[in-house]
Amino acid sequence: MIGKRSVFILTALVLGFAFLYIPIISMVVFSFNYSKLVTVWDAYNSPTLKWYFSMFANEQLLDSAKLSIEIAAMNATGAVVLGTVAGLVLARFGHFRGRTLLSGMTSAPLVMPEVITGLSLLLLFVTMESLFGWPAGRGMTTITIAHMTFSMAYVTVIVQSRLATFDESLEEAAMDLGAHPTKVFFVITLPIILPAILSGWLLSFTLSWDDLVISSFVSGPGATTLPMLIFSKVKLGVNPEINALATVLVAIVSVGVIFAALWMRRQEKIRDRDVQMAIAANQ
Amino acid sequence: MGKARSEDPLFGRIVYWWRVLRDTTAFRVSTGIARRVTGRPLVIAIPYLWLIFFFVIPFIIVLKISFAESRIAMPPYSPLWEWVTTSTMQIKLTMSNFGFLFEDALYKNAYLSSVRIAFISTLFCLLIGYPMAYGMARSKPSTRNILLLLIVLPFWTSFLLRVYAWIGLLKNNGVINNILLSLGIIKEPIVMMQTDFAVYLGIVYSYLPFMILPLYSTLEKMDITLLEAAADLGCRPIKAFLKITLPLSIPGIVAGCMLVFIPAVGEYVIPALLGGPDTLMIGRVLWDEFFANRDWPVASAVAIAMLLLLVIPIMLFQYFQGREMRAHR
Repeated sequence: MIGKRSVFILTALVLGFAFLYIPIISMVVFSFNYSKLVTVWDAYNSPTLKWYFSMFANEQLLDSAKLSIEIAAMNATGAVVLGTVAGLVLARFGHFRGRTLLSGMTSAPLVMPEVITGLSLLLLFVTMESLFGWPAGRGMTTITIAHMTFSMAYVTVIVQSRLATFDESLEEAAMDLGAHPTKVFFVITLPIILPAILSGWLLSFTLSWDDLVISSFVSGPGATTLPMLIFSKVKLGVNPEINALATVLVAIVSVGVIFAALWMRRQEKIRDRDVQMAIAANQ
Repeated sequence: MGKARSEDPLFGRIVYWWRVLRDTTAFRVSTGIARRVTGRPLVIAIPYLWLIFFFVIPFIIVLKISFAESRIAMPPYSPLWEWVTTSTMQIKLTMSNFGFLFEDALYKNAYLSSVRIAFISTLFCLLIGYPMAYGMARSKPSTRNILLLLIVLPFWTSFLLRVYAWIGLLKNNGVINNILLSLGIIKEPIVMMQTDFAVYLGIVYSYLPFMILPLYSTLEKMDITLLEAAADLGCRPIKAFLKITLPLSIPGIVAGCMLVFIPAVGEYVIPALLGGPDTLMIGRVLWDEFFANRDWPVASAVAIAMLLLLVIPIMLFQYFQGREMRAHR
């Protein structure tokens, strides 16, 4: 009985992971294909790096990638500040008037369909422009503000759940010893939630870097982000340069995620060792 | 410098009163850290104002514009109120945009088919994701971490590119058809691109990690001794699963289903890239109404109607999300 069940679970895992990875692997493999048809393997001339060279020579692509990186970095930094404050308020400030509304406002963007968020923010920017004359036109600034609004929701959730896993006693102790709340935040709270802030920053960066729908709504002429460019190319069918680009991105992300995982495991081991030593010292 | 200033009588007095004020008000209350923070309302105000301004007000504007009339100008809608003379204000509200949604079968069909596609995709995500999450939660801790990494990895790579990857697999001279043709299993390529099937596949594929992660986190926290106790008392594994594991994983199931269902209803990219011209989804209708027809009022009305449709699932999600956060404490 047990055997039968674990065979079923194992099959589900193998098939599930195959389902998740086959499209990515096929995209990577065909980026080395010589043929312009992408999915028809040209065994005579392949593998080739032809599409990688043509990708790095494509200035339109590089420009939009640069714009996307700038927006993603600004967005991530802003979202981390706002999200950390919101997470701190929700996790540590107890009850205050309007707390439910705040927690609702921070979790709603997580599931809100992108077309609605995009449309509503565009209408806000248009209204603001006609009322105050700012923002004059749409582009990088409006995209960044729009991205910050949904990215901060993710950061809030991450920071809030990190704060929930350790209790207030450390902070209380510091305050009882006379530390100013601001100092307590920077000396005690911040180092503890730093991993959460870091992963929040990376997640916000990725969310912004990846966003097509909201950017399309709030962008103006001249501001074409990388996803917008990819989308306009991909709508016409498969494109070998896009495969090459995808491969580069997958490689960067894989290396980054694996390094982050290894680093986190090392930190955990160090912490475990410290705890062991502390217990030993007290005996 | 600093010394000279603190000796200054006026400055010293200000500092003194500031300290008195601080110590008698915020700092005297000793329950909870938060109450001791002097700038408490200020700190709360930062995220509050941002979200009110960039999340709540935009919806009010959408609501407002959904009652406006379309016109060829910039912005392409009529104002709701106008000063006819200096003292009389004329308010014009039109329900025609919403009337339009009911009259034209396109919108009704788009809503129904979005809900259907999202519902069926969510079901498939659950059917595929549950055994995977279960298998992950019951594996050795070292394997578990690697599997978790493998679930998260595609999540960090571009969503758009992962949807794009399916075009290469599904099209008529794509990878799947080429393999099946060369093996002699089929004579003619199967048409898979630009069908509803491709849209289902794309949604299940893209949203599967969103289903697995909450399921995994509830299943992993589960107390295994409950199952052992059930087995000791002679309960069969299937029954133990149905009576213990499944009910205990309901918060994970609800969170996962909402994380898939709600965004899937409004999905634009997947039907635009993988679906055919007859794959109706409301996100796509809104997009076309806005970008192709430039009819902002109707696009706003579509958005408001979509929100009304999603209010219950969103509130359900928030309820479970809030419960989860409280359970952490």
